[in-house]
Amino acid sequence: MSSDLSILYDNIRWEEKALLEAGKKKNINIQMVDCKKLFLELDKKTKLNFGTVIQRCVSYYRNLHSTAALEGLGVKVINCLNTGILAGNKLFTHMLLQKEGVPTPFNTVAFSQEAALEALEKIGYPQVIKPTVGSWGRMISLLNDRDAAEGIMEMRERMYPIYQIYYLEEFVKRPPRDIRAIMVGNKVVAAIYRYSGDGMWKTNMALGGRAEECKVTNELEDICIKAKNAVNGEIVGVDLMESNERGLVVHEVNNTTEYKNTVRVTGVDIPTQMIDYALQSKK
Amino acid sequence: MTKCIECDANIPVPADAVEGEIVTCPDCGSGFELVKGQDGFELKATKTVGEDWGQ
Repeated sequence: MSSDLSILYDNIRWEEKALLEAGKKKNINIQMVDCKKLFLELDKKTKLNFGTVIQRCVSYYRNLHSTAALEGLGVKVINCLNTGILAGNKLFTHMLLQKEGVPTPFNTVAFSQEAALEALEKIGYPQVIKPTVGSWGRMISLLNDRDAAEGIMEMRERMYPIYQIYYLEEFVKRPPRDIRAIMVGNKVVAAIYRYSGDGMWKTNMALGGRAEECKVTNELEDICIKAKNAVNGEIVGVDLMESNERGLVVHEVNNTTEYKNTVRVTGVDIPTQMIDYALQSKK
Repeated sequence: MTKCIECDANIPVPADAVEGEIVTCPDCGSGFELVKGQDGFELKATKTVGEDWGQ
């Protein structure tokens, strides 16, 4: 029997379980598909019975490649491959946000250690160095001076080549928090402030930060809609900082957003809204 | 309730648990995937964090 919806996962976290529960409550035919057990014959044009797929793989590479395969085989995947590619890379996202007129932090990219050090001398310290692909605050470092920069870059030179793309971001002067806004279609359904953990400057929940509800203003929603559209997204999490000088700036768009803390803090039933959206967007 | 493969502590299995769900041992912090066995859920060693994980 063909499913209305499939949840494609590689780990069942709170989010995936909540989606399953929301689907069951609506009495729809929803299946959980473990991507770790999935294989797809890419040249066979047989009809796949997934229905619309909500992509929930936590592994970036598994997420991207399974989306590419399924979409190529004619399956509607939320979010689409294009969004996965664009939102999965901070530099790609930054350029698209700039093009759409979305305010962002000031960023610089350099393509060698020498060029990065030269750029830092020009733009000044401190700067934050980020991998263009990565999450949960991993490998993000604050470069306060040349000694720190040389040390970090020395290590990156011995890593996977993506780490030799030196993506630098201004250390935005802001309150000790950022904003995660969850968008379902053209609406910010809920938003939270994510406060840095004790003694930390990063605000990632995975690093022990805490969350509080953030009121969704027209300004916040307008920026988020533009950010979502910049990466052709459908269901995304937009991360923003409140710059003391420039107001809201977008630093990331997440194509498989986590939302457990947003539901916990705001009480908004995000999984049901995601299911409703996916059902409406069926091909 | 099931026993941790690593430290033998009791790991509570949620009443609404589903296959593939990750549970964490309250004593040693090890993470396991729930798989269906003959008498309910069993634990399977699994990767609980990867270099390319998260959003």
